Amino acid sequence: MNLNLDFGFLNWGVISSFVAKGFIFSVQLTLVAMIGGIALGTLLALMRLSGKKWLVMPAAFYVNTLRSIPLVMVILWFFLLIPLLIGRPMGAELSAIITFTVFEAAYYSEIMRAGIQSVSKGQVYAGYAVGMTYPQCMQLIVLPQAFRNMLPVLLTQTIILFQDTSLVYAIGAYDLLKGFEVAGKNFNRPVETYLVAAVVYFVICFGLSMLVRRLQKKIAIIR
Amino acid sequence: MIQINNVSKWYGSFQVLTDCTTRINKGEVVVVCGPSGSGKSTLIKTVNALEPIQKGDIIVDGISISDPKTNLPKLRARVGMVFQHFELFPHLTVTENLTLAQIKVLGRNQAEARTRGLKMLDRVGLMVHKDKFPGQLSGGQQQRVAIARALSMDPIVMLFDEPTSALDPEMVGEVLDVMVLLAKEGMTMMVVTHEMGFAKRVSHRVIFMDNGKIVEDCKKDEFFGDPDARSPRAKEFLSKILQH
Repeated sequence: MNLNLDFGFLNWGVISSFVAKGFIFSVQLTLVAMIGGIALGTLLALMRLSGKKWLVMPAAFYVNTLRSIPLVMVILWFFLLIPLLIGRPMGAELSAIITFTVFEAAYYSEIMRAGIQSVSKGQVYAGYAVGMTYPQCMQLIVLPQAFRNMLPVLLTQTIILFQDTSLVYAIGAYDLLKGFEVAGKNFNRPVETYLVAAVVYFVICFGLSMLVRRLQKKIAIIR
Repeated sequence: MIQINNVSKWYGSFQVLTDCTTRINKGEVVVVCGPSGSGKSTLIKTVNALEPIQKGDIIVDGISISDPKTNLPKLRARVGMVFQHFELFPHLTVTENLTLAQIKVLGRNQAEARTRGLKMLDRVGLMVHKDKFPGQLSGGQQQRVAIARALSMDPIVMLFDEPTSALDPEMVGEVLDVMVLLAKEGMTMMVVTHEMGFAKRVSHRVIFMDNGKIVEDCKKDEFFGDPDARSPRAKEFLSKILQH
């Protein structure tokens, strides 16, 4: 077997003209989908725990449906369907951002649901007993604790989300992986660039995992 | 101050409270006792509508808790409550625990809430811990902070739901001391407890519950001083709890 690898072409010029743009989009996509996904996911979790059928049913349907469909299909469908619905095409990048937010919300909602349930009923009673309304009780007592309890899991989900952003190749959005792919094609060195891409994904994700572990010790609520 | 009129409550088909009627007057300290599962904790939670009732009514300071027009959060803000497991907010400091509801519920400003909260904290003797988190305090200290939190809201009545049951024996005294002080200052109090020493010292009336019913409701001196006039169930309870 003769691999004959040559990484010589990968200099800063190549990185900044091909890869940087994709990296920025991947990070952007991850951050927007995380913030939007957690916000929407929290809302879905509150709906599912509301005990009101007309809120529980649609939220459960939303979460169960999206959790049962492969992400790459959702990405494709959304990209293909939206032009039919709004009558004009939507850019691959914007389409990806919306899809990821909507899709990740289903996963974040299950995490937040577990987080809300991890806060004891006594805490809710205590909130009510000092005169708080349901929204105040959620906002000031339950959600801050749920969020802290679940922060490591939420961040781990975000690391998975970062890896999954590579699936936007299906609709041709220009992300980190695409950046390496284009560079590889330009220099006819696809094996090398895919290898480097793997290393980059590994370093970022493993580094973040380490960070989450350290953070976990720091932010835990003293009990 | 509190009128409990023919209150019944069910969990599904299981009846936990049966036709309970009593009243607590202004300035009165009433101890509610009885064996486990007799419904005393449930009864006290119905007073500020933390537990809904299916029959009867409870009037707190002239306001019916079962009237759909009643603003329950507003009513609860005037009723202090202390829980068995303290239920301080673990993600907030002691000071924040004391000020949060004052600011968000009563609309007091930060400085005003802080002054009031710290005054109450000083009263329970824990000023040095004002910047700590609840998890850094002992059980007895946490419960005293919980009492200070309730007092910071300037309640018209205080409800205590087994305030010393979750404490190590050596910490019971410090919490009871605070409660005795409060009682002597004339605070209206409803106290679910097994601490018969406390009942003897400061209560005016004792309510004895069994199987979801109020079996005895009489003056303290009658309850402890005249055992022969008590119901058999209360007599049995007293003999078990007082012989040690």
